[in-house]
Amino acid sequence: MSDIILETRDLTKYYGGVHALEGADFTLRKGEHVAIMGDNGAGKSTFVRQITGVEPRTRGEIIFDGKPVHFDGPLDARQAGIEAVFQTLALADDLDVSDNLFLGREKTWANWLGPFRFLDYKAMRADTIAALEKTAVKIPNIRNTIQYMSGGQRQCVAIARTATFHSKLTIMDEPTAALGVQETAQVENIIRTLKEQGEPLILISHNMRQVMDLVDRIIVFRRGRIVANLNKDDTDGQDVVAYITGAKTQPEYAGAA
Amino acid sequence: MAETTHGTGGLKYDSSRRSWPNEFNIFIALVIIVAIFEVLGQLLPYMNGQSFLFDTNDRFDSIFNEARLRIIILQVAIIGIISLGVTQVIISGGIDLSSGPLVAATAMIVMSFAQTELVNGNPNPKAVFGDWAFDLPVIVPIIVGLIFGAFIGAINGILIAFTRIPPFIATLGMFLICRGIAQWWTRGQPVSFPTESYAALGAGMMPVVWFIMLAVVCHVLLRYTVYGKHTYAIGSNEDAARMSGINVRRHKVLIYMIASMLAAFAAIILSSKNLTAQSGMGLFYELYAIAMAVIGGVSLTGGRGSIIGTVLGAMVFGVIQSGFTYIKLDAYFQIMAMGAIIISAVVLDKWRQQRAATRI
Repeated sequence: MSDIILETRDLTKYYGGVHALEGADFTLRKGEHVAIMGDNGAGKSTFVRQITGVEPRTRGEIIFDGKPVHFDGPLDARQAGIEAVFQTLALADDLDVSDNLFLGREKTWANWLGPFRFLDYKAMRADTIAALEKTAVKIPNIRNTIQYMSGGQRQCVAIARTATFHSKLTIMDEPTAALGVQETAQVENIIRTLKEQGEPLILISHNMRQVMDLVDRIIVFRRGRIVANLNKDDTDGQDVVAYITGAKTQPEYAGAA
Repeated sequence: MAETTHGTGGLKYDSSRRSWPNEFNIFIALVIIVAIFEVLGQLLPYMNGQSFLFDTNDRFDSIFNEARLRIIILQVAIIGIISLGVTQVIISGGIDLSSGPLVAATAMIVMSFAQTELVNGNPNPKAVFGDWAFDLPVIVPIIVGLIFGAFIGAINGILIAFTRIPPFIATLGMFLICRGIAQWWTRGQPVSFPTESYAALGAGMMPVVWFIMLAVVCHVLLRYTVYGKHTYAIGSNEDAARMSGINVRRHKVLIYMIASMLAAFAAIILSSKNLTAQSGMGLFYELYAIAMAVIGGVSLTGGRGSIIGTVLGAMVFGVIQSGFTYIKLDAYFQIMAMGAIIISAVVLDKWRQQRAATRI
């Protein structure tokens, strides 16, 4: 009980008649990195949207950090300690890198002034440089506004934000889908940093090499159901593909497929 | 190639490719506009070689035509105060159309609490209330005005933040409500004869002093406080702001309250300067205040702009108005030309943004 950070029981989501997610039982231990794989429409993103409170679930239970939770929205989830990087990035285009990194949790002084308390730009910029350097993210000038940055740089800023503030659980939905080779390597470095820091991660990815490199465990979704729960060391790419395509199903999930 | 220490990961940063601050462009525009009027003054046959900017009378030891400069800055100071609040509203992605009529309504109400009992030894002919409201300390009308402004701003903000109706509609409704309040307050009668201490608030160059002081305060608010950062964030990407844990609704109410309190303060200064309040005052002020902000580079799509830009925009506005009078342009054409200038300011801003986006 104590070392399980997230558990779902019979998590189910119907969009009208479409059974997008059916009876997902899932556990994630502290410090564990898990990949979710599956074809398009297999229910991966739906699963994540239930956990982060973006959509209300049809049925089932989510137990986070030992307590059953019911998030009304992504903000609720975030305050509970679930940090998610979505495919659509939540960055403010007209603000610079450190502003975005610290948005909503600025370092301040003269706090008795309430909403008019002063920003501590110096500390925030120093921390930003430290955070970006630790994750080896390359940004030419952290005082440039986000609007002038490439997709990869934006993605790196969004991910650096989740890595800077120690959350209880990080979820990344295809973080490298739109990135070039170098930028992908940077994002993977950040993920390794999270692993070293012992922070749990759920990674949705189509990239088999990436998944094999980064995670401890692979969950395979097919047609809205979990069909396999594989330890990385006991499997290989061929095997995973077999589960994704439906050639194989683990015996304990046999009823699902 | 200049380098800075701000790059991370060993990247060199070429500061020569950094775009100019937008405020600098507006300053250059201001200089060019002054130069154009100066040249026009020399060229137009009916001007007799009068100068727009310089002192040509040689009666005083000054280089510049100080009288004209004074008039320019005095003319824009009061609308400029409104514009400081409108700037914040527009940066947050909203718009405030109610500020002009709010000036009228506030002036009417405030003036009623600022009347003096005896005018040249006779009872005040414009008295609104009974004896108790005569010769109150000057702080009373100021506080009444600011509370009224905050109240109207709170209604604007609550409507926009909680019912999610567009800011344009909410403040358009408030535009009419405030004009109605201004006319109903005394059934259309002007309110006059303030106390001496009230009259001192807007006497002489005092409007300019208030404008500069409030501009500094607003600049600090927007640039150096959490309030300012969140205002930009909401205007830039409201969803991102909400996801980051900012209480967007509460913040919007606060922005509209501050904007309306600034408009209410402008009403106090204006009625003090004019020594009277009329229900028709503040005509077009909301549009002029928006124009100053837009000329000053505040983007109507939100997220971009600054108080420095708005102050420069106000100066451009004042110089153009004064320049039109200087070259003896007909008043009708002045209003038309003003409209054309506001449109060009927005077009230029769009063009500049597109150009900036293509040279990453």
